[in-house]
Amino acid sequence: MGENKCQCGNSKKDCFMKDLLKEYKPEKDNLIQILNSVQEHYGYIPKHAQEEISEYLNMPMAEIYGVITFYSRFTLEPKGKYNIAICLGTACFVKGSEKILDRAKERLKIEPGQTTEDGLFSLEETRCVGACGLAPVFTVNGEVYGMATVQILDQVIDQILKENT
Amino acid sequence: MNTIEEIHKIREEKKKELELRINTKSDTREKHILVCHGTGCTSSKSPEILENFRKTLEEKNIENVRVIKTGCFGLCAKGPVVIIRPENTFYAHVKPEDCEEIIQTHIVENKRVERLLCKDIDGKLVEKLDELEFYKKQQRIVLKNCGVINPEDIDEYIAFDGYLALEKVLKEMTPDEVIEEVTKSGLRGRGGAGFPTGKKWLFAKQAEGEQKYVVCNADEGDPGAFMDRSVLEGDPHCVIEAMMIAGYAIGANEGYIYVRAEYPIAVKRFQIAIDQAREKGILGKNIFGTDFEFDLHIRLGAGAFVCGEETALLESIEGRRGQPRLKPPFPANSGLWKCPTLINNVETYANITKIIRNGADWYASIGTEGSKGTKVFALGGNVNNIGLVEVPMGTTLREIVYDIGGGIPNKREFKAAQTGGPSGGCIPAEYLDTPIDYESLKEIGSMMGSGGLIVMDDSKCMVNLAKFYLGFTVDESCGKCNPCRIGTKRMYEILEKLTNGEGTLADIDKLEELTKTISKASVCGLGQTASNPVISTLKYFRNEYEEHAVDKKCSTNECKKLAKIEINPELCKGCGLCQKNCPVGAIEGEGPGTKRQINQEKCIKCGTCISKCPFKAIK
Repeated sequence: MGENKCQCGNSKKDCFMKDLLKEYKPEKDNLIQILNSVQEHYGYIPKHAQEEISEYLNMPMAEIYGVITFYSRFTLEPKGKYNIAICLGTACFVKGSEKILDRAKERLKIEPGQTTEDGLFSLEETRCVGACGLAPVFTVNGEVYGMATVQILDQVIDQILKENT
Repeated sequence: MNTIEEIHKIREEKKKELELRINTKSDTREKHILVCHGTGCTSSKSPEILENFRKTLEEKNIENVRVIKTGCFGLCAKGPVVIIRPENTFYAHVKPEDCEEIIQTHIVENKRVERLLCKDIDGKLVEKLDELEFYKKQQRIVLKNCGVINPEDIDEYIAFDGYLALEKVLKEMTPDEVIEEVTKSGLRGRGGAGFPTGKKWLFAKQAEGEQKYVVCNADEGDPGAFMDRSVLEGDPHCVIEAMMIAGYAIGANEGYIYVRAEYPIAVKRFQIAIDQAREKGILGKNIFGTDFEFDLHIRLGAGAFVCGEETALLESIEGRRGQPRLKPPFPANSGLWKCPTLINNVETYANITKIIRNGADWYASIGTEGSKGTKVFALGGNVNNIGLVEVPMGTTLREIVYDIGGGIPNKREFKAAQTGGPSGGCIPAEYLDTPIDYESLKEIGSMMGSGGLIVMDDSKCMVNLAKFYLGFTVDESCGKCNPCRIGTKRMYEILEKLTNGEGTLADIDKLEELTKTISKASVCGLGQTASNPVISTLKYFRNEYEEHAVDKKCSTNECKKLAKIEINPELCKGCGLCQKNCPVGAIEGEGPGTKRQINQEKCIKCGTCISKCPFKAIK
């Protein structure tokens, strides 16, 4: 467990939250800013983080949960090792990104928003990543694959499977 | 912190140094290699290209050449884009490994790397950026600095008359005169609704309250629109400057910009811009030696389309669920923390500095009677030149799609253009010659919107498109009012029935009735306009709805449950190419010369075989 411990003796996850909260005044206005940082750090918003925020901002957990579930960027479950996000912005949609999404669902046997049982893949629909000139696009952990086709998606998935067996 | 004299000095010195960026006849011995760092080009490795240029120059010991990171040039389809100044040579689709050749051939030997030059639609090789058809009908006011300056260097902004408008306002104009000038220019809100900007400023000024706020709406949620992002990425200071001018005019000393968290590059550059402006003493207290003070903060959105609605945006800045407030009171009287608040969109602000510098009369001379100035569109979909275009109001759709956009690819026909995103409508071919302004778009059942302009060719099913937009609205409805929360869902279900071949004519009537109720009864703009994609497609493409309902057919094959891909045995030569490329092994038949057949149960209708067949035997 050595690497999960911080120098101060606490586990690293606690330290991240403490350091983060120090950056903000304990005002409710800061909730979304804090949640954005937590989402970025963990890839989701764990319960312990919600509890610490609740205490710090003196806000009921229910209210924090309400905000988390309202905004699509915040998630309550960890994402897979490879997060495949398929752009369903209009420019990509018109160029056929739906077919790529259907293929991803079929290959991974999960719906958007879910993670495969082995934790390897998660699938996500996004609205416009801003690379409309390369439409249709999908991203894997943020790396953009432009002018995408069902074949390119297949190749990417096959490659990941090969590297992880 | 710099004094105003020091800023003048920076401007003068830098202006000479940067003259070659705008003057192709500059006799300087220097060269600037501009590498586009907009989101599109960045995702195709432009940072690596920049690095390679720098490395190669260093290795070859070449002096007098600078490599500069810039914002978006607009022609995203040709990215990554590299421009060499002063000659203005335009290189398209540059790869990191091309850098050495460009330096050797272009810089050392003073020749051109022909294979990387751009081909125009007619196939002609074009060397210079301004010779491309794409740029000829454009007029760049909002995007003037985009692709010209380094957005991460405030000195470059200052060199191109940056913060001159602010100086003029603070030293020579009263707040009333500023508002008068904005009013006279005829500028209207670029967020979509087109409310006169000067009037909005006046309301905010007249509102009583000690603390007032200026807010910039950069929550560009329309999927397929990226105008505001490009301005923030390419010219962030022009938004800061305009927000300060607005602050001076209405009597506010604090501003907030609400940006989508999905725009990391824009957020980063805007933060750099704020930091640099603070360092120079442009943001802060006693600005330019006057007693005006102003400071600015960034607030990140978290992926909710409804937060583009101004009162929902305010809720979100205050840290809550982004649900709209009932109006009145309007934000001008009771906005952020119940204080008078002025909210404008990024593109609206980006016009302000130019209006102040060049005068309201100059601005009002551009555009049409009721809509002044230019409009930036994110041109996308089935069109050759995908990218960012800025045209004077009154330009026709045909000019944008065919002259600037270069027409429809793959020899297909234009079917419709969609403006205004999920709140807008589809414009059919018969209205291609409509001049684009706020009124004329409304008349034909669409709206200006924030500037997304998606072109669709004849392979697109309009019922499926309406379903796509409704799916979006169902996802994004905040749930506060019933007409929107429940109504959009019911509309979506009917559209789903139709696209699955289970709909009837009575469903179309029900759909039409729902559009009326939802438009009238919803609380905010999202709900009130959610039906527009359905209303406009029903108006212009009713036959397609009826085809789905009566004949259970989708002639574009886009609705999968109704589609059937078949191989014409008369045309099939049995080459097997379709079989090789089918991702699900749905094509049957063995050996060369044997005619292939599609197993309809396995087929996922991805269309790969259609595009691969050399004999056009598959439909």
